[in-house]
Amino acid sequence: MSQVQSYFSQLDSIDGELATLNLGPTHPATHGIFQNVLKMDGEKIVSAEPTIGYIHRAFEKLAERRPFNQITPITDRLNYCSSPINNMGWHMTVEKLAGIEVPKRAQYMRIIVMELARIADHLVCNAVIGVDTGALTGFTYMFQERERIYDMFEEVCGARLTTNIGRIGGMERDFTPGFHAKLKDFLKTFPPRFEEFARMLERNRIFMDRVINAGPISAEMAMNYGFTGPNLRAAGVDYDVRVMTPYSSYEDFDFIIPVGQNGDTYDRFMVRQEEIRQSLKIINDAYANLPEGAYHADVPDYYLPAKDEVYTKMEALIYHFKVVMGEVPIPKGEVYHAVEGGNGELGYYLVSDGGRTPYRLHFRRPCFIYYQAYPEMIKGAMLSDAILTMSSMNVIAGELDA
Amino acid sequence: MNLSNELVLARFEQEFPGVVKATETGIDGILAVEIDREQVADVLRKMRDDSVLQFNFLSSLNGMHFPQNEGRELGVVYHLHNWVKNFRMRVKIFFPISNPHVPTLTGVWPTANWMERQEYDFFGIVFDGHPDLRRILNVDDLDVFPMRKEFKMEDGTRTDKDDRFFGRDGHEGRSFD
Repeated sequence: MSQVQSYFSQLDSIDGELATLNLGPTHPATHGIFQNVLKMDGEKIVSAEPTIGYIHRAFEKLAERRPFNQITPITDRLNYCSSPINNMGWHMTVEKLAGIEVPKRAQYMRIIVMELARIADHLVCNAVIGVDTGALTGFTYMFQERERIYDMFEEVCGARLTTNIGRIGGMERDFTPGFHAKLKDFLKTFPPRFEEFARMLERNRIFMDRVINAGPISAEMAMNYGFTGPNLRAAGVDYDVRVMTPYSSYEDFDFIIPVGQNGDTYDRFMVRQEEIRQSLKIINDAYANLPEGAYHADVPDYYLPAKDEVYTKMEALIYHFKVVMGEVPIPKGEVYHAVEGGNGELGYYLVSDGGRTPYRLHFRRPCFIYYQAYPEMIKGAMLSDAILTMSSMNVIAGELDA
Repeated sequence: MNLSNELVLARFEQEFPGVVKATETGIDGILAVEIDREQVADVLRKMRDDSVLQFNFLSSLNGMHFPQNEGRELGVVYHLHNWVKNFRMRVKIFFPISNPHVPTLTGVWPTANWMERQEYDFFGIVFDGHPDLRRILNVDDLDVFPMRKEFKMEDGTRTDKDDRFFGRDGHEGRSFD
């Protein structure tokens, strides 16, 4: 037992020495609805008891009553910082179950959209780590960049935050000229601005002193607690679903999985910084090699026909009706599909009995799984480090509570 | 040596003879084995520590409810992942709804803690030996287990979404009482 631990276990036995502090559920520093009942000794945390479920919306139950194409908007609201990844993960799950082969162009388009979403997700997380250490400047600049990513989503699907992007079988429309212009501009102007942000924090002595050793976790503990994604990689394990089980043609791309060493806030920050650079590289590669061809598979049973055809052609009208009513020839069976979400392995376990809706749909939500290690990680830390640990773990309330 | 479904099954026969009650391969190619619920903690621990199987990571754990399967209404599905050889598999257990007790996995993987609390919350599956089995997402004083199939989403008198009207026997048309 370390000196600190024995000190605290000794304190624990003395009644009335410890103060109870209710952090949350609506605390401006927690960026979401999280409640932690902390036992404090001065400014040091002795124990934490998290309560979750404040924005639980019963998605798994809702999904049992919705046709497959209507479940996409539910997935938007899991990790709402990177909705497109959730959407694509769901489409790919249904495609796996129905055996739909998506054209190469649609796969590359999905990769571009997903990596843009990853950049937006990581930008928010890292900018907020800056805010929590007292550097608001980087946040304001990086939020402008996130806005530009959302402008691009708007060009593709018409929505910004809860995107409902893509369809079962491909994408809803080809990239518009506006998207091409915005993406080209983004790829040119974002990297220097991002490097400016990186210069502000990455080797900043004050920032480093503040975040190094804040909320560390060992690789072994992280794996036992089910960590995935950047938080696990910060602890030194190079597990990435994009590489382990490539989906949507990730195997065509050459990129590096950054890993950290100590699993502390600084490593989590640096891993996300490097992942943004790698995502940019993937986008550049995918955009330069964007194949010609269709942007969706020819699956009229699942993919809504174009509106002008619906109004003029009988067949299109019938398929439109069938898709809207959920009359899809989905086979019986079960599939598990995982994608690398902003926070780790986002898994969908779909059990179908051949009906119009899933019989059972389970979301493996990375936030929910790794947030349970939070009390362990902040034991013995200062209160301000606890705030920093939470923001660097990028706990998203929507994904936590489903 | 890479793992395959056949190799895993052979290793199962060798290490845990007679444990596997049924096997099936999903549409995604992932092998699922059904075992007895009493053995689940032991078998999963051995699967983790076995030098060939090496299923070091519990990806997820979820409850299931099949009201029409008498005597095995409730189930739990465990998704395991071997990171060394990058191989996934499923382990399933089924048991009667009148006796929903399952050994906990919290001693094998700490991550099972909240996963099991979640399935207790939604299905009323009691994980014996769990250190802190309370509701997690729903309010504490809820007295039902809402993911069970008897709780319908919409007004029970509504019939326009009945699968029987569309010539098939999907679950919407079944009666659950």
